[in-house]
Amino acid sequence: MIKVTIDDIEIEVEPGTSILNAARKAGGEIVPPAMCYYSKLPGTGGKCRTCLVEVAAGSTADPRPMPKLVASCSTLVMDGMIVKNKTSQRVHDNRGGVVEFLLINHPLDCPVCDQAGECHLQDLGYEHGSSKTRYEEERRTFDPIDIGDKIKLHMNRCILCYRCVEVAKQLTEKRVHGVLHRGDHAEISTYIENAIDNDFSGNMIDVCPVGALTDKTFRFKSRVWFLKPMEAERSCTKCSGKAVVWMFGKEIYRVTGRKDQYGEIETIDDKTAWICNECRFEKKDANDWNILGPRTINRHSVISQGKYKTNMTRRIKKLD
Amino acid sequence: MKNRKLLLENVHIPGIETFDVYRKNGGYRSVEKALKTMTPDEVVEEVKKSGLRGRGGAGFPTGLKWSFLAKPEGVPRYLVCNADESEPGTFKDRYLMEKVPHLLVEGMITSSFALGANTSFIYIRGEFMYILHILEKAIAEAYANGFLGKNILGTGYDLDLKVAPGGGAYICGEETALLESLEGKRGNPRMKPPFPAVKGLWGCPTVVNNVESIAAVVPIVNEGGDAYAQTGLGKSSGTKLISASGNLVRPGVYEIEMGITVEEFIYGDDYCRGIANGKKLKACVPGGSSVPILPHYLVTKTAAGEDRLMTYESLADGGFASGSMLGSGGFIVFDEDQCIVRNTWNFARFYAHESCGQCSPCREGTGWMEKVLNRLEHGQGNMRDIALLEEINKKIEGNTICPLGDAAAWPVAAAIRHFRDEFEWHVNEREISQKRNYGLITQPSVEA
Repeated sequence: MIKVTIDDIEIEVEPGTSILNAARKAGGEIVPPAMCYYSKLPGTGGKCRTCLVEVAAGSTADPRPMPKLVASCSTLVMDGMIVKNKTSQRVHDNRGGVVEFLLINHPLDCPVCDQAGECHLQDLGYEHGSSKTRYEEERRTFDPIDIGDKIKLHMNRCILCYRCVEVAKQLTEKRVHGVLHRGDHAEISTYIENAIDNDFSGNMIDVCPVGALTDKTFRFKSRVWFLKPMEAERSCTKCSGKAVVWMFGKEIYRVTGRKDQYGEIETIDDKTAWICNECRFEKKDANDWNILGPRTINRHSVISQGKYKTNMTRRIKKLD
Repeated sequence: MKNRKLLLENVHIPGIETFDVYRKNGGYRSVEKALKTMTPDEVVEEVKKSGLRGRGGAGFPTGLKWSFLAKPEGVPRYLVCNADESEPGTFKDRYLMEKVPHLLVEGMITSSFALGANTSFIYIRGEFMYILHILEKAIAEAYANGFLGKNILGTGYDLDLKVAPGGGAYICGEETALLESLEGKRGNPRMKPPFPAVKGLWGCPTVVNNVESIAAVVPIVNEGGDAYAQTGLGKSSGTKLISASGNLVRPGVYEIEMGITVEEFIYGDDYCRGIANGKKLKACVPGGSSVPILPHYLVTKTAAGEDRLMTYESLADGGFASGSMLGSGGFIVFDEDQCIVRNTWNFARFYAHESCGQCSPCREGTGWMEKVLNRLEHGQGNMRDIALLEEINKKIEGNTICPLGDAAAWPVAAAIRHFRDEFEWHVNEREISQKRNYGLITQPSVEA
């Protein structure tokens, strides 16, 4: 085991752990936000740069600070490393810069976006964003397209985290979708619209940190905070069958995977509990599911009472 | 200073692009010497002694880079030549490959032997398709004469050399993006570490070197590392190819011995012969579009008043406050009629177009800078835009996966640093700025 200090908290981790995962082990305020890293999908991370942290000392053997801020999701801890996240003004400023970059071309159509309320970019904007934009240019726009018959892609909202590309690569049989073009005109796409037909493509919706990929069977049906998430399971031959059903009264409005506090699908019985498209899109009758009880609401949701309270009290304190 | 030529010495001999003429003029001696009389480690040692620094832009010592190469048992190692020359203002590799293709092939054989690589690649920019044919012809001749293939010169060393064209993306000149592209994937830079020396092409240890660096291995092996280190000046040893462009009487590719003064290079009779049409020098970008621009009063003299020399150290003298970088040797000269705002916008447009779009600061920041500069240039800017550009710069620099973000931020930052008056003039005199250029800037008076 090696020791790393993050924001004055000492943590013991296995060698080969990233700074981000070490912070997650301790939990709480010191965990950097992550928009592109997804622990269940190898190969993700390093792209969004929201998890930048300052390394004040590289290791016991070489205690020099690292000159640049590093992406905590893809930098491994060393014994005796000292990391600053919340305690670094430099991190705060630069993370604010990254959030500004992510928002300049984002449409900010939250009032009509299905992701509103459980959007990581909303949370990030709330914590680091500025109250007004300095971007006077026209935002780039794309037409919405279909990724298969059940998924809608709003490229305008995309932050190019590449998570869905990894889902397509790792969970589905064929590499069905990827990134076209370069720079700020890069876009997620399939080469042929509607061509996607496989059992696990729906997980793209769950991994999407913003409202770029949405469930066509749920679009515009309800705001998520009006729904009651219930843990449910069914016996399924394709997947674990362990999901969350989002209910209004006795009706199921949508089905998602079970997400943890970082918005990642939980590991159940040593396996990531991805759900298949049949469970997600077709089982919308309460009789299809064995409903286990209310779901503890995760951090990434405005429906969480606790979240509302802590954030509001923090803001009020700041105003004082 | 006598100007020695090591790479382009025989460039004017007719037929030098063919094997026979090249061989008659002393070609492939380094292969014979290395394979028959030296061990691979001895070749690496000579390159270390020569003090050769990477000619692609960063100037990292080549010998040191070679010594970092991991050598696990039973894993192939690769040498990849980076011929994806696409930095605006740089065209030296193209000239070298076009005129003396065998020099690169020879360097590849000697270098591959030193690194223990049995398969090597030349990754060439897609737009250089005609050079690809020149190189393939040279490689075929080398195979036919027993310098490539199995059991080269009867020494038991095998080497296959392949040329792979890219699709023409600037980002594929970044070494890890180049490897991704060579593997047949989208050319996105990889996260580092691991570095290519440990995990490169197909997960195997790989060295990626610029065309000119590999070509320089030939004279190093022929003359010995110590003799090579005598050429040049101090830590900037050897010769450097400079692509001179812009408002010069005689632009072109020059091989210079490092250590001549910038003044001699611009005005000297052996070199560019001064500014064209009798105009005055306004500014100079000494190392390709990514490096900071220098105003006329800092081009030939450093801030301390010393002569500026064509070396890595002297051009970087003063840091970014009053210096620049030798970079890849793309020497762009501007005369008094050129608009710095327009040029900065032009560079920014290039980087916005070439950003791979993988990480957010570069993807969004380069596009944003381009749009703001576009407005400034076209008389639509405000004073706050200049401050905004500086802000965006700071948020990109150092926060990206690969150096493209820095390369996009530096020229904009330097232009505002040295030519703030001209930017402000574009805001204050919107209409006039659309009709004529600002002209020369005045040197700020030094305050004690």
